Amino acid sequence: MVSKKYCRQVASEVSPINAKKAGMYHSLLQQGWVKLLPALAAFLLGGCSNLVLLNPKGPIGETERFVILLAFALMLLVVIPVIVMAFWFPWKYRADKSRADYDPKWSDSGKIELVIWLVPAVIVTCLSVLIWYTTHHLDPYKPIVSTSKPVNVEAVSLDWQWLFIYPDENIAVANQLVFPAHVPLNLRITSDTVMTSFFIPQLGSQIYAMAGMQTRLHLLANEPGSYAGQNQQYSGEGYAGMNFKAVATTAEEYAAWLAESRKAPQKLDLARYEQLAKPTTDTSVAYFSSVEPGLFDSIIHKYMTMTDMPPADGTAEDMPMKPMHDMHHMKGN
Amino acid sequence: MFGKLSLEAIPYHDPIVMLAVIGSIALGLVIMGLISYFHKWHYLWTEWLTSLDHKKIGIMYIILALVMMLRGLSDAVMLRSQQAIAMGSAGYLPPDHFNQVFSAHGTMMIIFVAMPFLTGLVNIVVPLQLGARDVAYPFLNSISFWLTASGAMLVMVSLGVGEFSKAGWSGYAPLTELQYSPGTGVDYWLWSLQIAGIGSLLTSVNFLVTILKMRAPGMTLMRMPIFVWTTLCTSVLMLFSFPVLTVALAMVTLDRYLGMHFFSNDFGGNMMMYANLFWIWGHPEVYIVVLPAFGIYSEVSATFSSKRLFGYTSMVYATAAIMVLSFSVWVHHFFTMGASPNVNIFFGITTMIIAVPTGVKIFNWLFTMYRGRVRFTTPMLWTLGFITTFAIGGMTGVLLAAPPADFVLHNSLFLVAHFHNVLIPGALFGYLAGYAYWFPKAIGFALDEKWGRRSFWSWIIGFYLAFIPLYILGFMGMPRRMAHYDNPAWQPLLIIAAAGTMLIMFGVLCQIIQLVVSIRARHSHRDLTGDLWDGRTLEWATASPPPVYNFATVPVVHDIDAFTDMKEKGTAYTRPDHFEDIHMPKNSACGLISGMLTLVFGFAMIWYIWWLAIASALGMLITIIIRANDDESHYTIPAAEVEAMENKRLHDMLAAAGTAR
Repeated sequence: MVSKKYCRQVASEVSPINAKKAGMYHSLLQQGWVKLLPALAAFLLGGCSNLVLLNPKGPIGETERFVILLAFALMLLVVIPVIVMAFWFPWKYRADKSRADYDPKWSDSGKIELVIWLVPAVIVTCLSVLIWYTTHHLDPYKPIVSTSKPVNVEAVSLDWQWLFIYPDENIAVANQLVFPAHVPLNLRITSDTVMTSFFIPQLGSQIYAMAGMQTRLHLLANEPGSYAGQNQQYSGEGYAGMNFKAVATTAEEYAAWLAESRKAPQKLDLARYEQLAKPTTDTSVAYFSSVEPGLFDSIIHKYMTMTDMPPADGTAEDMPMKPMHDMHHMKGN
Repeated sequence: MFGKLSLEAIPYHDPIVMLAVIGSIALGLVIMGLISYFHKWHYLWTEWLTSLDHKKIGIMYIILALVMMLRGLSDAVMLRSQQAIAMGSAGYLPPDHFNQVFSAHGTMMIIFVAMPFLTGLVNIVVPLQLGARDVAYPFLNSISFWLTASGAMLVMVSLGVGEFSKAGWSGYAPLTELQYSPGTGVDYWLWSLQIAGIGSLLTSVNFLVTILKMRAPGMTLMRMPIFVWTTLCTSVLMLFSFPVLTVALAMVTLDRYLGMHFFSNDFGGNMMMYANLFWIWGHPEVYIVVLPAFGIYSEVSATFSSKRLFGYTSMVYATAAIMVLSFSVWVHHFFTMGASPNVNIFFGITTMIIAVPTGVKIFNWLFTMYRGRVRFTTPMLWTLGFITTFAIGGMTGVLLAAPPADFVLHNSLFLVAHFHNVLIPGALFGYLAGYAYWFPKAIGFALDEKWGRRSFWSWIIGFYLAFIPLYILGFMGMPRRMAHYDNPAWQPLLIIAAAGTMLIMFGVLCQIIQLVVSIRARHSHRDLTGDLWDGRTLEWATASPPPVYNFATVPVVHDIDAFTDMKEKGTAYTRPDHFEDIHMPKNSACGLISGMLTLVFGFAMIWYIWWLAIASALGMLITIIIRANDDESHYTIPAAEVEAMENKRLHDMLAAAGTAR
């Protein structure tokens, strides 16, 4: 029963209010109701908290919610009149009612034309200003300003699972991303397979993962909790199961988790990585107490061949290859 | 000898597929049996398959679109029912099958439903609205049709021989590279799209020339009906964008067949280039399918409001603005690829700007009804359903055009809901309105209104049930294309969406019933006037169905609403003083033959049967050479024969008017 497993996870990991709801839902399950009812109950009890994009847990997601709601409100200024007129006009001028005036030649009006061009144009101008500021503000490559030292993570998408390397800690975890809340999470992302998209809906902003190049993403969780993470870009056979848990912890929990991870028996050397990278739909969590140095860069570099290899003594910064692929990188961000 | 092809290619282990295959073959055999039984092969060959008459080619296009729509909708039902049950379980479709189904659904709905449906309507109506006797290149028209049809047949063949692509309809690299998709599925997708795409490209040339060169005397550009204007803009879009698709697909083909590295992960390949090329075609493609529907709404709303279209000039400029702007927005399909904020902002703003001319059009249709006399016929219902529903789809589109919103909504079910909310009301409702509006013109009798209304209400209610839940699911973080999932909160909404899809299927059933009922009642529904709806443009000035030459004498145009103008001046039904010989193109089997050879060529390329590919390619070349050397491609209808046909029409009209009194 996957659903039972799911709700236990929820009950143990999310905030107290949700845990209470999930607990109720759990007890419903235990009464042995028919299969569809638990789902319905979860929907009703979950209510708005299921609308994860409207219930963000970090500053990036909060700004994105603000943009969505404001843009939505601005557009309703046009959409509501349109829908009202679409019912009102045909009803008022319906053919079987002869009292309304009929003017078969009337086909233009400067005043109406002015309004119908101007009003949408003004709204689009307002929206343009809005997205100018917010898109710059939400640039996924832009580090989040904070007094805390950020946590660096290198994410690699594989067929069909995620690998998270913590370069500063020399550990790695498959299919689970653990990080402290209130601390910026700096991600470098690549793919060792087809194009995928790294996304934790409740924290905001997704970004593609592509082989031979890296993308960046900066996130922050405002409160501890377990958030769903997923691949948002279809990538073949095992795509639907390519999920991971993003767990935001307290500072103490994070320290403890790091200590625990360093005790893991497995080490991620090249041989173990090759094994991990083989296509599989098994997304179970695995810990690695050490990581081959430079693994992330070597995953990127293995797709660069003869023509765009750097000279033997060159550094990564001098590489002439793929200028498009990391435009921000070129600018020195 | 047979390349990669072997008996293993037939998916006899999959009961669902085999059932569909056996059903399709059985249906085909029944149809062929009926044709043989009624001795209709000769009729079919001479009157339809080899015909160069634009009206008949148009009808064949629409039949193709409707048949493919049934398959595309069956796919939709499978997708929605799978997601309704696949909560924490595998459902009934394994990912291998589910992935083929959504890839086929998208490919078919865009390339083999929307494109042939609009091309069919354009074929039937545009030459009539121009007062022309045919299109500029009747034989090219036949080739275009048979290329589109052979592409569609190739997709159908993939059902029973081999598999279809599992890489989505947009076929993002590098998933389509041989390394990640070694099967024949991607090759089926490549060749069917490539063949149909070339057909569409040829169509665009044909209509561009037809509209620019074959207008009736007096019809200046600013007197063309709006449907002609939208067709013109669509043709320009097709002409500029389809070559990009052709090239992008050719590059994928080279990667797969000759081991090149345009879009591969390694050896300098660049997958982002594929995304750019695909959407440089793909975004104009949205307007290619939407603009003609906008034209139909303009015609329908003016006719059934018994009033001139409001703001003709601004409608023309809005259409042209959309045409130009549609080439400057493609990056909004991948804001999440990591481009800098300024790149994303540029494309976000251009996308939002398109909303302005689109909004103007909506207001123009609304003010067309204002001070009119609105008749609630089926085509008008589709138009009203479009205006209200499309307003929502447009709004969610502008929302997605904001990069910050797209960062969280991209590739979610919100996106799926959005583009269905644009394409179903924005394109399909328009085609269905056009189908009901021009059916009596093309066939000669009207469709049953009662079943038409039932179909409309099932479609529109089904639409809201099917897609509003998907919007909500997008906010619940559900990605698109999930074969299964384990978030119980998603399931109730997916069940509602599946129910909506069933209601849409009921709407389609109503349309099938409508067709049967109307054919049975064809004698009482017959239109002898040629002007069933009190139409305003030239297609209503001739008989229903129009004679092969469309107009006995070429009409002279004095107004945008040319036919309304004629009716008001009393010149509409005047008999010409004398008739002239009319030259019309002869039938030709070369279009059909080269289309079928293309089908063989595509099949041979998919299965690496090189000798057959070479033979069929040579065959195509020889067919075209033979056709090019045919110096007697036209025949003459003598004036006396034209006069007799016109006299009969007038006689029938008077008789009908007499019985009406």
